[in-house]
Amino acid sequence: MENVIEGKIWKYGDDVNTDVIFPGKYTYTISDPSEMAKHALEDLDPDFAENVNAGDIIVGGSNWGNGSSREQAVTCLKEAGVGAIIAKSFARIYYRNCINNALPAITCPDLVDNVEEGDTIAVHLKDGVIRANDREFRFPAFPVSVVEIFNAGGLLPYTRERLARE
Amino acid sequence: MSNQTNGSSRSQTFVQKVLARGAGQEYAEIGEVVDVTPDRALSHDNSAAIRGYFESLGVTDVWDPEKLAITLDHAAPAPTVKHAENHSKIREFVKEQGISHFFEVGRGICHQVLSEEALILPGQIILGADSHTPHFGWMGAFGTGIGRSEMAATWAAGELWLRVPETIRVRLTGELSNGATSKDVALSLIGQFGADGALYKSVEFTGDGVSQFTVEDRMVLINMMAEFGAKNAYLEPDESVFDWLAARLAKRTGDSVESCRQRIEELVLYPDEDAEYDRTIDFDLSEIEPVVAKPHTVDNVVPLSEMEGTRVHQAYIGTCTNGRLSDIAAAAEVLRGKRISPNTRLMVVPASSEVLEQATDLGYTSDLVKAGAVISPPGCGACMGNHMGVLAPGEVCISSANRNFQGRMGTRDAEIYLANPAVVAASALAGYITNPENIKEEVEV
Repeated sequence: MENVIEGKIWKYGDDVNTDVIFPGKYTYTISDPSEMAKHALEDLDPDFAENVNAGDIIVGGSNWGNGSSREQAVTCLKEAGVGAIIAKSFARIYYRNCINNALPAITCPDLVDNVEEGDTIAVHLKDGVIRANDREFRFPAFPVSVVEIFNAGGLLPYTRERLARE
Repeated sequence: MSNQTNGSSRSQTFVQKVLARGAGQEYAEIGEVVDVTPDRALSHDNSAAIRGYFESLGVTDVWDPEKLAITLDHAAPAPTVKHAENHSKIREFVKEQGISHFFEVGRGICHQVLSEEALILPGQIILGADSHTPHFGWMGAFGTGIGRSEMAATWAAGELWLRVPETIRVRLTGELSNGATSKDVALSLIGQFGADGALYKSVEFTGDGVSQFTVEDRMVLINMMAEFGAKNAYLEPDESVFDWLAARLAKRTGDSVESCRQRIEELVLYPDEDAEYDRTIDFDLSEIEPVVAKPHTVDNVVPLSEMEGTRVHQAYIGTCTNGRLSDIAAAAEVLRGKRISPNTRLMVVPASSEVLEQATDLGYTSDLVKAGAVISPPGCGACMGNHMGVLAPGEVCISSANRNFQGRMGTRDAEIYLANPAVVAASALAGYITNPENIKEEVEV
């Protein structure tokens, strides 16, 4: 996984739920990740999927990703090129799904209040630092077990490697 | 109501005890990460995708086919060929792996079916690839939702890491009155403390107010705790829970009710009296009134009277929250001998085949159909925008479900209000949001 993620911000509010990130009507009919990406954030921001660039960063408010356990709500953003999600807080299953898909989910309320849509920021994962608008914001470093999952490329490759070793 | 962990003098909450047991430990520290082997792993229509993930792991057999439970409920019967192919892949996998706890189209919604089949018991652990898996806390079990990758890893390895969460204790006192139900309790709690009020935490319900709740009331309250952000929820089980489950376990296994009851009582876990809580909330049930959650968040809760007169195009009774017999009975009570408004439509989706059978035997389905309702096969239906009752742009729905997110029922340009089933039925009758109290005087047809 890359240590520095630099990109443009897409900023959203509190309580952004999995239904607006990836609509329920597609959950059993779309299985191809690139197809999922075309519907990313469809019911919140219809412009997102068409205009997002690789490395762009989503900044959300509190309780980002509340609602369904559907992992497609993470997969679609990852496939769309999103480099990281920064929020005031994350819903529990969503947070786990991010880790399991090697998409950095960073809790940093201070940053959220001090950036605007369109700002370019740089996330330094190993150092736990975000550089934005000539300021530095700190976040707790990921635990070793999470870094291992990230480095393997997600929970599935991580589990595959683990099972092969046993 | 306290049973100390043997050999340990350290006090624990329910979730500490249950995760310690699942990890083969006597004690689990709050914040500790433990590897837990579940007693049951639940999935539904998403099992086809999980199967794909599982097979990518290079493993051929699931860790224990007896521990898996799969229902076809989210888009059942299949509304499109793609959905049918999805179901077909699941049936094939079920046969290949020898999974006996498989429930076909029509049996009902996973959380209801597994409860009815007593496939999870108090003090046990269930991991589910569905966000409403905390549901099983109604009986004093640990249930939590996980993603598809995690379920695939669990099928392969038979364990998953879980962090032992902090606990919020909710002490219920007083008695419900004036048409308020446990749905109104849940919505009021979420409305007061926010949709992230219990984020990452375990919620324990206790207090004198619990005993007035039927088994079905308990299911409603705990099911909604997913909307409170909770990792899991727990309602202190009592005799009514043990009786209900023992009869069902006996029916499924062929063992005597007495031996089933004994098994349940051996498994049950209660928090220690001096366990450590993040916070304690005292909730007086006598102050609760019927409420509605306005679009588009579950914590956007106001008194029902404030929304009186809001035009509704569709009324929806069903889902894992409020699609049970008592919910259908409440609707039938409101609608018997009357006719719903020509300006609205009413969808009733029983939570399971058992619910449908009982509702039919008791005459409720007849009451509802005569009033103009559409009865759908048991399942999740339109709750997540799959089929059978999705909304058109510009429409308003009042629903007994747990979520009113934008786009939830198929289009972002519709509005969903949440309320208890009697309020939903009364609103179908009137064509606008109203209290059942207000339509009692209407002329019968």
